[in-house]
Amino acid sequence: MKVLVAVKRVIDYNVKIRVKPDHSDVDLTNVKMAMNPFCEIAVEEAVRLKEKGVATEVVAVTVGPKAAQEQLRTALALGADRAIHVETDEPVESLAVAKLLEGVVNEEKPDLVVLGKQAIDTDNNQTGQMLAALTGMGQGTFASEVVIEAGEIRVTREIDGGHQTVALKLPAVVTTDLRLNEPRYAKLPDIMKAKKKPLENRTPEALGVTLPAGLKRLKVETPAERKGGVKVGSVDELVDKLKNEAKVL
Amino acid sequence: MSILVLAEHHDGQLSDGTAHVVAAAMAIGGDVDVLVAGENVQGVAEAAATLEGVARVRLADAAVFAHQLAEPLGDLLVNLASDYTHVLAAASTSGKNVLPRLAALRGVNQISEILEVVSTDIFKRPIYAGNAIATVQSEDALKVITVRTTAFDAVSRTGSAPVESVEGQVTNETSRFVDEVLAQNDRPELGGARIVVSGGRGMGNGENFRLLEGLADKLGAAVGASRAAVDAGFVPNDMQVGQTGKIVAPDLYIAVGISGAIQHLAGMKDSKVIVAINKDDEAPIFQIADYGLVGDLFEILPALEQKL
Ligand SMILES: Cc1cc2nc3c(=O)[nH]c(=O)nc-3n(C[C@H](O)[C@H](O)[C@H](O)COP(=O)(O)OP(=O)(O)OC[C@H]3O[C@@H](n4cnc5c(N)ncnc54)[C@H](O)[C@@H]3O)c2cc1C
Ligand SMILES: Cc1cc2nc3c(=O)[nH]c(=O)nc-3n(C[C@H](O)[C@H](O)[C@H](O)COP(=O)(O)OP(=O)(O)OC[C@H]3O[C@@H](n4cnc5c(N)ncnc54)[C@H](O)[C@@H]3O)c2cc1C
Repeated sequence: MKVLVAVKRVIDYNVKIRVKPDHSDVDLTNVKMAMNPFCEIAVEEAVRLKEKGVATEVVAVTVGPKAAQEQLRTALALGADRAIHVETDEPVESLAVAKLLEGVVNEEKPDLVVLGKQAIDTDNNQTGQMLAALTGMGQGTFASEVVIEAGEIRVTREIDGGHQTVALKLPAVVTTDLRLNEPRYAKLPDIMKAKKKPLENRTPEALGVTLPAGLKRLKVETPAERKGGVKVGSVDELVDKLKNEAKVL
Repeated sequence: MSILVLAEHHDGQLSDGTAHVVAAAMAIGGDVDVLVAGENVQGVAEAAATLEGVARVRLADAAVFAHQLAEPLGDLLVNLASDYTHVLAAASTSGKNVLPRLAALRGVNQISEILEVVSTDIFKRPIYAGNAIATVQSEDALKVITVRTTAFDAVSRTGSAPVESVEGQVTNETSRFVDEVLAQNDRPELGGARIVVSGGRGMGNGENFRLLEGLADKLGAAVGASRAAVDAGFVPNDMQVGQTGKIVAPDLYIAVGISGAIQHLAGMKDSKVIVAINKDDEAPIFQIADYGLVGDLFEILPALEQKL
């Protein structure tokens, strides 16, 4: 069984972002970039499927500029067998990414595609669902457990009221939630080995995809800052303030 | 303008979020229809018909829509969408599951989790865990939108729209429902509660959450948690507040033993009044709290419960 994993290069989750003074975007110059945390979980799940003997090959894919190859090397160090870089310097949004991933799916014919449930930069939470719809696959989003048996995949999903389990025909799309697994760290020898693993290039043209226009971004602003208030000295003072000053009790 | 709102429901009850999504639709303007899809959901349709401002309720009642699986629901929306300029749903796990399928099948972008309607095609939405707000414009013929329900006041339930059945003509070969485990409790829903009391890693274990529950019961509050508390197994996942959990904006949010990581703040910083209880007086949560109380939560919580 072949597993395709989509990984996205995003700002490191520890970085406090700043909006550019001209309000055109967030300032990403010289900020630390990393693999989207949900994509790390996706890679980990695919690699575990391989370690369990369920998967035979793990292929990592990213869409983005040259620099995104860094995240592919990380995926290879974590255990992916090979990588595909769909190179574009155009800003692409979820629909464009999903169409490009559809192109890769048509070439690679994976039995399972694993994506993060959301990217922590755009917070869209769309790409996996779009890919599933475009390829006609079933989807198991926000997964906290994945079991493959008898040609089916059972996905337990984190939903608003608790958990839901669905069974999907393979091939299928899974998007990862936080509690699916705890990703490992790449070890130095694996990082060295990853440099020699195959990394192929694709272009949108080669995949036969015309990039759809995205949303027009008119402005990016900093939200109203919340000012810190006061420290109170006792429970009595707290209750008094909540009753008489804030009037919320 | 003609707008279709996908209703959300559970166990035969219309979810509160739908009234907020209808409010967002009213802010866009035009005729607003509500789609209720499920199995044996006539009652839900009748409840949706009372939402103020709704022109008609379209009811797709069939076995294939049971449990509102994404694949058949997406196909149904694709069939209906040609009648509309906008399709809206709540940015809940259910709305997020289905709407991107519609967008993809119609070849349009989706606008996720809008906070504000600027015009019929311009919207504000949070990015980077709410640390930036983007104003975006859609030039697509169909606008597919999920709505942050806490950002729009619910419409009242004083309307009386007609209910019309729609033919599904949808099959589902790819996915099958297996089971569902839903948390049972009598407290208000996190997303809609007036007061939320949340606990973090500082609670130490699941047992200790009883301290919060006691307080919550006195206040009529919902109970939330940080990711650290959920990951540690103190409480179930549906209680997580934050960038990747639930977004809440109650009148009063009490954070207990929570440090205030940006991913947590993303889920609660629009609360009207924030109280932080933490033993570390340098904890970042104090930078955004209206009232901070430094001290041991195991002493403070019982004292607080007693004073109320
Ligand atoms: C060169 C370049 C410049 C960009 N500049 C900007 C900019 O200035 N402003 C802006 O707002 N956006 C910009 N983007 C667009 C932003 O990266 C897209 O919104 C994003 O790629 C679409 O995914 P999402 O975050 O919406 O995905 P979500 O649906 O939130 O992500 C879910 C999952 O989809 C998969 N996925 C998403 N994107 C990719 C990808 N690129 N490759 C592989 N897997 C992926 C991952 O598994 C991810 O976890 C740029 C993109 C590129 C390539
Ligand atoms: C991709 C991603 C997504 C995430 N999404 C979310 C999310 O949606 N929601 C979320 O919450 N987090 C999220 N996180 C995690 C977040 O970064 C933090 O790790 C988490 O919020 C920390 O939880 P905490 O404040 O409970 O724990 P800690 O940071 O460990 O804080 C515990 C606090 O308790 C205090 N304390 C301890 N004992 C006592 C006592 N006896 N009395 C009083 N105070 C005490 C301590 O002083 C400390 O400040 C995400 C992280 C990532 C990478």
